Amino acid sequence: MLDAYVITILTLMGIWSIVALGLNVITGLAGQFNLGIGVYMGTGAYATAMLTTAAGFTFWEALPFAIAASALMGFLTGLPALRVREDSLAVLSIGLVFVFESLLIYLPYFGGPLGISRVPRATFAGVPATNQTYLLIVLAAFLLSIAVTLYLRRSWMGLAWESIREDETAAHALGIHPARYKLYAFTIGAALAGLGGVLYAHFIRYVTPYDFGFLPSIYVLVMVVFGGLGTARGAVFGACFLTVLPELFRFVQDYRNLIYGVTLVLLMLYEPRGLLGDGSYVWRGLRFLGMRLRTAVSNGRSYVANP
Amino acid sequence: MLQTRNLTRRFAGLTAVNDVSLEVRSGEVFGVIGPNGAGKTTFFNMLSGIVPATSGDIVFKGKPIQKLQPHRIARLGIGRTFQIVRPFSELTVLENVLAAVGVRYCSNFFSALDQSRRRKHRDVARALLQRAHVDRYEHELAGNLPLGVLRRLEIARALGLRPDLLLLDESFSGLSHREVLDLVELVRELRADGMTVILIEHNMQVTMNLCDRVAVLDRGEKIAEGRPAEITNDRRVIAAYLGSDA
Repeated sequence: MLDAYVITILTLMGIWSIVALGLNVITGLAGQFNLGIGVYMGTGAYATAMLTTAAGFTFWEALPFAIAASALMGFLTGLPALRVREDSLAVLSIGLVFVFESLLIYLPYFGGPLGISRVPRATFAGVPATNQTYLLIVLAAFLLSIAVTLYLRRSWMGLAWESIREDETAAHALGIHPARYKLYAFTIGAALAGLGGVLYAHFIRYVTPYDFGFLPSIYVLVMVVFGGLGTARGAVFGACFLTVLPELFRFVQDYRNLIYGVTLVLLMLYEPRGLLGDGSYVWRGLRFLGMRLRTAVSNGRSYVANP
Repeated sequence: MLQTRNLTRRFAGLTAVNDVSLEVRSGEVFGVIGPNGAGKTTFFNMLSGIVPATSGDIVFKGKPIQKLQPHRIARLGIGRTFQIVRPFSELTVLENVLAAVGVRYCSNFFSALDQSRRRKHRDVARALLQRAHVDRYEHELAGNLPLGVLRRLEIARALGLRPDLLLLDESFSGLSHREVLDLVELVRELRADGMTVILIEHNMQVTMNLCDRVAVLDRGEKIAEGRPAEITNDRRVIAAYLGSDA
């Protein structure tokens, strides 16, 4: 039905969106700078790779364990991160990602620099999934991640996170325990990133330590900030757009990184809140259009309670 | 309601609060006044747990609280505002208050995710916004609002905890005359409802009008305590404010 190339791009867009949504919980909502999301994505990917190649688990059997492992990793790395804020936290998270990468390379259990290959295909209804079915699985996981993110944002947990992000001392004096809610954010965000890692491992079907190192972590942060930090739509848009961008500019070949870089510089200069962030030009335009549309549909009477 | 005994805070080489003992009774409005640098805000920060006491005790509702973390103290029933306002800027006015209202109901992971009380929280928060006269800014981002509104928002937010004791750190400063009168009225209403209020204030007129009793701090020490009328005639107070020759 769809071209194999298009399927590959769409699948990668879905996977990176999920990872970006995970980082958005930690950095966007709870405001905890993290330059090492690869740790959690990698934990999920390696957990499922090991369980399915060495322990004979299927994709579906390994999935919950891999997500739990990532969540645990989020919790554990969250503990030292509680002691520091902002720039020191960013540096600490960079340290963590290098430690993680090195452990994968040097410890004997993880296949060294070559990683783990022959990760089996996911199965669906008893048969190995084709790339097309796999795309549907990724899509379902993507929709689930969106739902989780939106739910969190609507719950009091989301408000607690945002108040800590805005002013930790004020939140603390208001009865919100920053350490506890930061740990929740690390755990939940890591679980989402781990889900992305699992899907990545069964799509690419081999994992190496370098897939989850510092640079990939930075790329995810760029996606989230590009789209608009703190919003689900921003994380998804950033992930999709920046996955597709290098493909669109395939014809300029060697200059692809140049275009990627120039895009980032220009966007941050002219729209520092991200392309679809709250209060950004594009987002205000879209909201305005939406309101006009609703007014038109409802015969000129606006039912928008609080425009 | 609240007692401090020999409460002391030293910062490297500087004693910000020195051996302050006082008692605030239930249902009164208690003023803490003193020249700049007298240690008033440090005193508040110790009451709310943001700055740990070097020595001494704080007893609130019969419990020692000087070793508790700020969120524990808040949940015990002490709400506060800040001298330099600290709103959650990227949240709306309503969300600012909702964050505090939720604290009462959300004590663990699952209750923090529970949405069944959303509507109730919202109603409580809206009522508080009305009470503090900031309801018409409900959907504005706090970061876009002027100081007068933010001062009242901080009070509404602190009230979201439904505290027994409210600490107001110069909540009247930077306000217009009209706003000051509104706020005085609000504090009177709160006292009528049985809330205890401690306020730090520079505006003498407000202090004299509003406070049942006043303590005067100077260079970290309590130099006087009593009814406003007594305080204004105290030689040490006059000396602290006008210089020792006065």
